[in-house]
Amino acid sequence: MILVLVDHDRGVIDPLSLRALTAARKLSGDIQAIVIGKEGAKVAAEVGEYGAKTLYVATHPELTDYAPMASGRALFELVKEIKPEAVIAAGSPRGNEQLAHLAAFMDLPMAAECSSIKIGTPHEVTRARWAANIFEDALVHSDLLIASVIAFSVEPEPVGGSAEVKEFDAKLEAADTLVKVLGRASESKGGGVSLTDAKVIVSGGRGVGGPEGFGILEELAGLLEGTVGCSRVVTSSGWRPHAEQVGQTGTKVAPDLYLACGISGAMQHIAGCKNSKTIVVINTDPEAPILAYADYAIIGDLHKVIPALTAAIRAARG
Amino acid sequence: MDVLVCLKRVPIAGGTFLLTPDNRDVETKHLGFGISPHEENAVEAGVQLVEQMGGSLTLLTLGPTDAEEQLRSQLAIGASRAILLETDGQDWDPQATAAALVNAINAEETKFDLILFGAESADSAGYQIHIRVAHALNRPIITNIKAMTISDGTVKGERVVGSERELYEAPLPAIVTVRDGLNIPRYPSVPGRIQSRKKPVDIKKAEPRVPKLEKLHLTLAPSKSKSAEILGQGEAAVPALIEVLKQIGVLA
Repeated sequence: MILVLVDHDRGVIDPLSLRALTAARKLSGDIQAIVIGKEGAKVAAEVGEYGAKTLYVATHPELTDYAPMASGRALFELVKEIKPEAVIAAGSPRGNEQLAHLAAFMDLPMAAECSSIKIGTPHEVTRARWAANIFEDALVHSDLLIASVIAFSVEPEPVGGSAEVKEFDAKLEAADTLVKVLGRASESKGGGVSLTDAKVIVSGGRGVGGPEGFGILEELAGLLEGTVGCSRVVTSSGWRPHAEQVGQTGTKVAPDLYLACGISGAMQHIAGCKNSKTIVVINTDPEAPILAYADYAIIGDLHKVIPALTAAIRAARG
Repeated sequence: MDVLVCLKRVPIAGGTFLLTPDNRDVETKHLGFGISPHEENAVEAGVQLVEQMGGSLTLLTLGPTDAEEQLRSQLAIGASRAILLETDGQDWDPQATAAALVNAINAEETKFDLILFGAESADSAGYQIHIRVAHALNRPIITNIKAMTISDGTVKGERVVGSERELYEAPLPAIVTVRDGLNIPRYPSVPGRIQSRKKPVDIKKAEPRVPKLEKLHLTLAPSKSKSAEILGQGEAAVPALIEVLKQIGVLA
């Protein structure tokens, strides 16, 4: 039996957890899931649809919001009780962090960012290193396998079904909830679609030239019901908020369309966008490294091409 | 305020990688070395804290003998001393690395108020050493932060998630992992470089352990062999792009 840690934010499921559930189904016919915090119960229908037979909802009066060490403790307590062969989560910052707390509590190895998992003695995994430019075949020497699944390596597939919801007393200690989300502030100006949810991302790099240059990208993104992203140099220069940075040190994305405007394509940026279904580049430089990862390219000045594209879309819609 | 920053020596990779003939490591014959990107922000944060509040900044790394080079270059930014836990040059698994760091931290007379890590290493991306260290030292840990303030014995951190910033706090002593964007790391000054050669670097042998996460070999990710189809030059290519957007369902 495999236990999948399903992530949610105030009751809304993390889509990467559906991929983790799908990946877990390939390893075992018996999938159980856990969510942390009572608001997590809201994701029960989706968790069932993606193949978990049971959903444990870990609750505690102090578990009012995301608290990674508390998640680790709840996982540890449930592992002792139901004795799974493996604990799997999405290879997201939250997924990796909570699993690491579990691994630290149990003093067991943990394999992060796996693209392939084979349960056995020892367990065999393939995991991403160097922003997924290199993969490592490794053995995990422990009874319980603790592993995260690299983002976007598995397409989410529903199987139908429903999960029996069981409340689980997380048995927390005071230190476990010392670090938790105490509040939130909005980071982006738009407040629209987030990078991870967007079907279309219009992304700008150094070639945009400055903060004011992003106006035409915002307009196009709005027209396509998408959102604006950017490269690291753009946030480092203070042109755009950090929340919009795509890449290894920013957000990893996988939209239907990634329109890379004036982005040369540093390795760490490619790591964040290469799972996009279609990548289209607009760049003055036909030798830009990003072209090696793109499906289509227009060689030209984004300041001319984007307004022309926006106008053409408006015209096509009448 | 006594601050410790943990670093890792990593090759500075360009766009393409080569592996060693035994496929166990990245071929570094033609590469320079540095530290992982977020760690530059951690050092800068440590230097700023000591400038503002007094105290000391110490650097700690586990790595080969040559990692002294990375310690010296960061000492030039402003730290007062450094500790090198010398390995045989092999990759250590996260549990062994964390245990060696914990032993070294416990052996120090200084009880660090704040221990900083970069959010992730450029090379191994294991996402766990900082958390194992926090558990072993029985300290709270806040991860992935892009803004940090310290006052009244408390560290406050902000983490960017989606389109929001999450706010965290923890009492000191604490561990914090930081991300690129926290600050703009300074370049070492010429006097800084000269002083760094005289600053103390304690070199200690670290005892390896049998790895529980055992690396067998590495493979290069298949390069996407397709090269982009050029739709055309400038605005003249827009109609072709409109067709593509229709094909992929972005436009009706």
